[in-house]
Amino acid sequence: MCQVGEDYGEPAPGEPSPAPRPSREQKCVKCKEAQPVVVIRAGDAFCRDCFKAFYVHKFRAMLGKNRLIFPGEKVLLAWSGGPSSSSMVWQVLEGLSQDSAKRLRFVPGVIFVDEGAAFGKSLEERSKTLAEVKPILQATGLPWHVVALEEVFSLPPSVLRCSAQEPAGSEGAYKAAVDSFLQQQHVLGAGGGPGPTQGKEQPPQPRLDPQSLARPPAAAQTEALSQLFCSVRTLTAKEELLQTLRTHLILHMARAHGYSKVMTGDSCTRLAIKLMTNLALGRGAFLAWDTGFSDERHGDVVVVRPMRDHTLKEVAFYNRLFSVPSVFTPAVDTKAPEKASIHRLMEAFLLRLQTQFPSTVSTVYRTSEKLVKAPRDGPAASDSSPCCLLCMCALDVDAADSATAFGAQTSSHLSQMQSPTPLTETRTPPGPCCSPGVGRVQGCGQGACRREDPQACIEEQLCYSCRVNMKDLPSLDLLPPYILAEAQLRTQRAWVLQEIRDCLIEDSDDEAGQS
Amino acid sequence: MAAPLSVEVEFGGGAELLFDGIKKHQVTLPGQEEPWDIRNLLVWIKKNLLKERPELFIQGDSVRPGILVLINDADWELLSVSSRAASPQPLLSQLLGWNWEGSPEGLPLSSAPHQGELDYQLQDQDSVLFISTLHGG
Repeated sequence: MCQVGEDYGEPAPGEPSPAPRPSREQKCVKCKEAQPVVVIRAGDAFCRDCFKAFYVHKFRAMLGKNRLIFPGEKVLLAWSGGPSSSSMVWQVLEGLSQDSAKRLRFVPGVIFVDEGAAFGKSLEERSKTLAEVKPILQATGLPWHVVALEEVFSLPPSVLRCSAQEPAGSEGAYKAAVDSFLQQQHVLGAGGGPGPTQGKEQPPQPRLDPQSLARPPAAAQTEALSQLFCSVRTLTAKEELLQTLRTHLILHMARAHGYSKVMTGDSCTRLAIKLMTNLALGRGAFLAWDTGFSDERHGDVVVVRPMRDHTLKEVAFYNRLFSVPSVFTPAVDTKAPEKASIHRLMEAFLLRLQTQFPSTVSTVYRTSEKLVKAPRDGPAASDSSPCCLLCMCALDVDAADSATAFGAQTSSHLSQMQSPTPLTETRTPPGPCCSPGVGRVQGCGQGACRREDPQACIEEQLCYSCRVNMKDLPSLDLLPPYILAEAQLRTQRAWVLQEIRDCLIEDSDDEAGQS
Repeated sequence: MAAPLSVEVEFGGGAELLFDGIKKHQVTLPGQEEPWDIRNLLVWIKKNLLKERPELFIQGDSVRPGILVLINDADWELLSVSSRAASPQPLLSQLLGWNWEGSPEGLPLSSAPHQGELDYQLQDQDSVLFISTLHGG
């Protein structure tokens, strides 16, 4: 905090006399002593130390208020190299090194996804970026992983299945966990010492993930990925597809290495833009998951957004004032004009509004805080209620209802597909038709893939916004195999369920009748 | 009559992409009739340093929204904090009538944003830093 005995005449570099800047004689609004360096919100000028305390406090308060991260839990930090995620990693590092009472108690790891292939970057450019990224990762001292986006082509279909949800811990459970953790620390005599138990466990662990040892991804996969992204017609769909694939990849890595939480560096400004963009994309039903603090749609791995209270301005200032290392990686929308995509348009709109009305972003953010997730009916329901294939949110489309514009859209699409019947029957579905578990190979195969448009099979399992995005892909065959395989599996399962529905005993009715 | 000024202009956060990837520029502003203020500096940058896509850096008189300006490592908004605090907040009804695509002239509030900051007069050996917050996350 600000020191009372601080020398007031601390000169800012390059400032000859106070006369040209009358308002710098204004003092920091918090400590009322030091020279302010940054203006937060509308008119609150903070000095450097007060700003740091304010920034760190917001981060800790966001984690502490939500009480989702239990002590000793493994948390994966998704680092893109950009300012917000770099700031988040920095905050976690600082939090881990504090004295024991205030120390962050979870066990972090860092992941970096190399997305160069999606933007057509050459191998040299990508290895140049990686050369900048690796020293920073090594300097964090945390276990780190570098994955290329091409690895989505080797993901298993199980990525798309929502695992059983763990019941959310109650207040009592969190407090009990913290108390027992502190007791453990006390008993081991490691509290406040230089090497806490988790620190002692880490050195034997390999610092480098074996996968990240400079092995370039297969050229075939790189080619497939760049083909996929080149075929997408609009920038909006490209950005959404990139986000989806990146999420699946990070999810897979988290599951593979035993992480139960993933932290992303979405800042307040970005989430406000995301909220408005998602409304335009047709994801209004899922805003609470997309922009809230925690996102439990994947079941076992929860995505957490600790930076959601920090605006981009605060992040940029903090990074500048305290030299937080970050790497500039070009993205799919670098230098894109303002109307290139819905995301760009919404960003320009909100930021322009923000310059005139500085409370715009915080108002949108506060609105997003009020969004409540529709409760799932319980762990059993997650199996029966269908999820979207790509974004794993609840399927909000009623395909049978032809009265809706949406229903009309898909049925007209299907009628076009079904008219050339002789052609479709000769088309054999790609890949193995049935999972080994199902006995009736022949009948099931022909029945499920009868309507053969694999495109329609996949589209049926997508929510509205994912369907709209997929329309911008001329051919869904370019999608990674795990998506196609899972789509086929689900279609088959649904068909089989339909066929044997009459033979199934309705358990709930019987039990209710007997008891 | 303003004497030639030597200032350091720096770009960060991705803005350097528009300037051939060079982050720091030590520039000497030529002597001219009017004193050098930020407004004139932006015009000078657009003419002499900016290599491509001016609309991604400059909008009207000022920088594009989303680009932060630091003068000698301090927020340029400090230069007009007092004036902004005094101005009244507009009503929501006025907001609705605003054509956000064009220049925001229709508002009864002051004209274009950042007027106070743009009038700051540069001194010799000042350093001006432009950080783009629009890229990455």
